[in-house]
Amino acid sequence: MDLFEILFWLLTIMAISCALGVVLSRNPVNSVLFLIATFFSISGHYILMNAQFLAIVNIIVYAGAIMVLFLFVIMLMNLNADVEPQKSRLVQFAGIISGGILFLVILAALRDARTHGTLEREATDIGLIKNLGKTLFQNYVLPFEISSVLFLSAMIGAIVIGKKESVHPVVSERNPHQN
Amino acid sequence: MPIQYYIFLSIALFCIGIMGTLMRRNAIIIFMCIELMLNAVNLLLVAFSKMFNDPSSQIFVFFIMVVAAAEVAVGLAIIVMMYRKVHSVDINILNRLKH
Repeated sequence: MDLFEILFWLLTIMAISCALGVVLSRNPVNSVLFLIATFFSISGHYILMNAQFLAIVNIIVYAGAIMVLFLFVIMLMNLNADVEPQKSRLVQFAGIISGGILFLVILAALRDARTHGTLEREATDIGLIKNLGKTLFQNYVLPFEISSVLFLSAMIGAIVIGKKESVHPVVSERNPHQN
Repeated sequence: MPIQYYIFLSIALFCIGIMGTLMRRNAIIIFMCIELMLNAVNLLLVAFSKMFNDPSSQIFVFFIMVVAAAEVAVGLAIIVMMYRKVHSVDINILNRLKH
């Protein structure tokens, strides 16, 4: 068992246990922190697979931008208390059972599939930014441009949805007792 | 490293995300579980990219990240808007479409 395998198992155990922590922790702030730890371990897997650009982008975009947005919204709503009402035991049990059954079904389906490839240890350079940029701007220029339009529309949509409406201030007083 | 290990890890993360989506009542936690499922798919795509020595799937991972960022921006705006109206993010209260 060399350093590569030790790192692989360490990152795998960290990813799965932190993902379980996301689901099981009562406090939403703890869930966000566990999810950030999960993203860091997935970035470690990317580095082990020689996808350095994606590892950096994963840390910057997911752990840096998206999770900070989640944390900001949770702090803004003042949800960092353990007051969340839980679903009934039956529904929780049904969720665990259905997720586990899906896991078993995919495992059973993959048992006979021809998935016997191996990942070579030696470093390849397809994950570097030079090769990815060449591939992106030679073969995938149109999706790149369309994603820019998607970003613009998402930005405008978020601003329009999140804008405080001052025309009907009565609507926000509908259920004041549920705070 | 055999590809099965990465497949099993991705399936485990994906199923944990599904369990969280079905178990929790907080809309923000459900959102985070969807992010977890997207990341499981990303991990599997990168593993196959390494196996077949093909940079195209890493481009797809990049696009998944782009779409996830846009989705989170709009989804969190919707959640903030609903919180401003009903003062809760409990999905059992946000079921007006059922009635």
